[in-house]
Amino acid sequence: MAAVEADSPTLLDVRDLRIETSQADPADRSQLVKGVSFTVGRGEVLGLIGESGAGKSTIGLATMAYARPGTPISDGEVILDGDNVLDMAPVAVRRLRGQRVAYVAQSAAASFNPALRLGEQIVEPAVIHDVSSAEEGRALAGELYHRLGLPDPDRFGERYPHQVSGGQLQRAMTVMALVCKPDLIVFDEPTTALDVTTQIEVLAAIKDAISDLDTAALYISHDLAVVAQIADSIMVLRYGETVEYGETGQVLHSPREDYTRALVSVRSIGHPGGAAPIPASAPEPVLLMSGITAGYRRGQTILDDVTVAVPPGRTVAVVGESGSGKSTLARVAMGLLPPWAGELRFDGAALTPHLKRRRREELRTLQMIYQMPDVALNPRQEVKEIIGRPLTRFLGLRGRKRMDRVVELLEHIDLDASFADRLPGELSGGQKQRVCIARALAAEPKLIICDEVTSALDPLVADGILELLLRLQREDDLSYLFITHDLATVKVIADDVVVMYQGKVVCQGPRAEVMSPPHDAYTDLLLKSVPEMKLGWLEDVLEGRRMEAAGN
Amino acid sequence: MTSLLLLVGRRLLYGIVTLLVVSFLIFGGTELLPGDVADAILGQGATPEAVAAIRADLDLDRPAWERYAGWLGGILSGDLGTSLTSKRPIDEMIGARLGNTLTLAAVSAVVAVPLALFLGLLAALYRNTAFDRALSVATVSTVSMPEFFVGYLLILVFAILLGWLPPNSNAVANPNLGFGDHLIALALPCATLTVVVVAHMMRMTRAAVINIMTAPFIEMATLKGVSRARRVFRHAFPNALSPIINVVVLNLAYLVVGVVVVEVVFVYPGMGQLMVDHVAKRDVPVVQACALIFASTYVVLNMSADILAILANPRLRHPK
Amino acid sequence: MTRRYPVSVWIGAVIVVLFAFLAAFGPWLAPYGEGQIVGDVWEPLFGTYFLGTDNLGRDMLTRMLYGAQTTVGISLAATTVTFLLGSLLGFLAATAGGAIDQLVSRGVDAILAIPPLIFGLVVLSVMPSSIPILIAVMGVLFAAPVFRVARAVAMDITVMEYVEVARLRGEGPFWVMGREILPNALTPLVAEFGLRFSYTMLFLSALSFLGLGVQPPTADWGGIVKENSAALSFGLVAPLIPAAAIAIMTIGVNLVVDWVLNRTSTLRRGS
Repeated sequence: MAAVEADSPTLLDVRDLRIETSQADPADRSQLVKGVSFTVGRGEVLGLIGESGAGKSTIGLATMAYARPGTPISDGEVILDGDNVLDMAPVAVRRLRGQRVAYVAQSAAASFNPALRLGEQIVEPAVIHDVSSAEEGRALAGELYHRLGLPDPDRFGERYPHQVSGGQLQRAMTVMALVCKPDLIVFDEPTTALDVTTQIEVLAAIKDAISDLDTAALYISHDLAVVAQIADSIMVLRYGETVEYGETGQVLHSPREDYTRALVSVRSIGHPGGAAPIPASAPEPVLLMSGITAGYRRGQTILDDVTVAVPPGRTVAVVGESGSGKSTLARVAMGLLPPWAGELRFDGAALTPHLKRRRREELRTLQMIYQMPDVALNPRQEVKEIIGRPLTRFLGLRGRKRMDRVVELLEHIDLDASFADRLPGELSGGQKQRVCIARALAAEPKLIICDEVTSALDPLVADGILELLLRLQREDDLSYLFITHDLATVKVIADDVVVMYQGKVVCQGPRAEVMSPPHDAYTDLLLKSVPEMKLGWLEDVLEGRRMEAAGN
Repeated sequence: MTSLLLLVGRRLLYGIVTLLVVSFLIFGGTELLPGDVADAILGQGATPEAVAAIRADLDLDRPAWERYAGWLGGILSGDLGTSLTSKRPIDEMIGARLGNTLTLAAVSAVVAVPLALFLGLLAALYRNTAFDRALSVATVSTVSMPEFFVGYLLILVFAILLGWLPPNSNAVANPNLGFGDHLIALALPCATLTVVVVAHMMRMTRAAVINIMTAPFIEMATLKGVSRARRVFRHAFPNALSPIINVVVLNLAYLVVGVVVVEVVFVYPGMGQLMVDHVAKRDVPVVQACALIFASTYVVLNMSADILAILANPRLRHPK
Repeated sequence: MTRRYPVSVWIGAVIVVLFAFLAAFGPWLAPYGEGQIVGDVWEPLFGTYFLGTDNLGRDMLTRMLYGAQTTVGISLAATTVTFLLGSLLGFLAATAGGAIDQLVSRGVDAILAIPPLIFGLVVLSVMPSSIPILIAVMGVLFAAPVFRVARAVAMDITVMEYVEVARLRGEGPFWVMGREILPNALTPLVAEFGLRFSYTMLFLSALSFLGLGVQPPTADWGGIVKENSAALSFGLVAPLIPAAAIAIMTIGVNLVVDWVLNRTSTLRRGS
């Protein structure tokens, strides 16, 4: 593994870092990080990328000589500016943290103390490390609030964390990291919890701030496209080991390892023949939701006059950010939330809005798959019971016949017959989602509603699920109502697209039409906010925005 | 600020409704019997005259809701009624005893609360050390012991075998008892209540503090280089305040009830003993009056716990 | 991987099994009859009689063995009533929601607003302290906290999507309760059963100690404490024997329950 040649003097040198769990019996211990080495030069940004469990956060924290309870650093060196921080005395470590190395956490909402004003918390590192007085700290923070585009910068610090939005909190946390002008900042998935349109703003703010102050950074993310916008070099990690380590351009354009190649080409699986051609004579839609207005509480309208039609054999993707009402749409279709106004039709006949009054046949033909396979499967039921129950209930299959069908279904979703006797706890995330799909298929439905089915999965696993869904659609002539926040997924799977914003449909039509200009303002913003797997994408988008602003 | 007042007001209103429901349940509890209360009080073979006299004393010929209204009305105007057995006004019987009971509970609280908070905090800060584990075994054991076991054990050791303290607290009944002697008479019942309540309170304090010390914002403070002392006092403490207040007040409520058995063990002239005596005598009006006082204290303490928790919550104190 | 149980669980389990055995077979193991007077008042321990004699000259070991059956038996019966009532209502409230949930929950709030000992004393001031009444009073009083736990546990499970999937399949409420909720609620409920059992035993013993629980001549541990309390002033340990038995049994149950609770909470955090 060739180390990346640093142009600037080395700031951080991590050598053969090993971290393992701390069970009393060595046989029970497992290695989380298995000998990772890298260097970061002054003012440079290194991206750490990998799936959950790859050890990237653990490595990030280790550079601050910090290990979470139960996972001690067992071996290796972390040399910052010539000193091994792992050998430092506790007092020296405390002086290091916040002052020379700062941390930006994934969940700003949980990482700010709810009982203290933001200003006090943000200035605290400067004050306790005697970097500046409280007044100087406040002045610098005020300047940074301004630079990071926080609202009402002069009084921002007087607020409490719960009085500020998620995107603003994330920027506030970046201010807190910058306030001591550290040599290195560890960003631990700082934009993962944010909507795409907010993510791009925070990303731009972070990039500007660290380049202005010439701070080095470790940028940890599971999203290669995001890391590519900000990092000078990238390390790809898997199961605690380095897969590939190189300059960003090289990793992106000429990856050396298969795993990296897979990550780079994620979400580029081809939809056979592009979108299915629109039939000449428009057939009756499988599901037609017209003029739906709904909400959970009186006076709080979540869906406002929404009309969506799913034609047979096609996939309609409903796209929107959190709060757009896209999941509520699924609940209305399933009968879980009867709408205040509007009509539901299924296969040409009126569909009862109340779940309790639906006939068994109506229940059978409309199935749903969820975001979190962990909570969608009863942990106390074996796979054969999970898939078998709808077979009994909807098709009357029992005993031998039912078991045969379960095995058939398992094979259909690329799992072998031995999975029938397993409990959900013995399956991986992707396998669980496959079992959920098999359970939906067991009912032999016409339409499956997929609610963010790939959002909780690692990118490569998600790709597998998308491929499976596409194949099943071809083989079983299924229709999908595919709900997602992720436009990259839409490009892969959708025939038609519905864009929702604050409970309303802002744009809908065939995928090619919706995805290509001209768009309405919101769709445009949404489309342009999805990070692309190429260098300089962020600058292009920001430049485009500046031009538009100037033009107006 | 208005939303905060609204919340507190709602909790107060809820407390008042609860008090009403409690009075209803206490009155209703004596009406559960399918037959005649007078028969039940006197038992089999009572003379018809005696039954008639009790029926008249209890006004049993009037419908239950009328008697309930009369009883509640009396209490609201400060009249607790008259005892069936002694024919004395109940206010008079309770007077000094209520004071004694509150003294016992208060002195126990003064000892138990700081001790429990201190031990709970230590156990949380030194979590999973030998100290924490030893304390945990000790608390599981004391939580499991009946109050009379602890009480009798203390009597046997400190009163009978060592002879340091009096085996019972009769002396408290003497109104001219000096302050020092009063404390000596209180020592053993107080120690018993403390042992019982400290274990509970300590476990709850430990859990509350651990819950906060493992919060992400404490890890963040560590990563900012904040010292341990500052983490505990500046970062954890303001957040721990609300759960800890809750723990303390809930245990005070527990203390007020735990007093009943301890008073009997130590022959302590308080409300608990009065109540138990009159349950045995089937003196329903006295039992109802005592029950209402105990239950009201309990309700008011629980309500204070909730209100203090609301006041200590930063999200509610500083709304958007 | 072999499971290792901590020492405390072993101690707890041995205590529980031993006491359960004594409670089940006590009267057959007892050397004398329940009310049989065999010697002098308060004869010493480890003499003619292994645990000495009581305030009337009855064999203490015999009284303790009979008492074990009464105390553990009544507590077990009351806890069973508590659980049938509390968990059924709790599951019902959680799955039905709406008005039913509100009604039952507010009723339970009212019962919980009064300390159970105080409410028990009120009821016993007019009712005889017979064994069925004691079981009924404790069974109903303690159903309230069990309702809360059962409802909370069931609520945690009903929001899971696999329960929604069952509803979308048109499954009936009893199928949902029995097949989707119950199997997942079992561990916390078993722990709660242990906790409630030990609490019921302490409560019954307190009542008997106050003279308002099991009535003489029937032996039960709390009652034996009361009968022999005068011995204490002579420096005799007679009342401490039954009191210690109650404490040891409760400690045993709590040690096992603590372990179950800790294990389930780590499991939950782990997943």
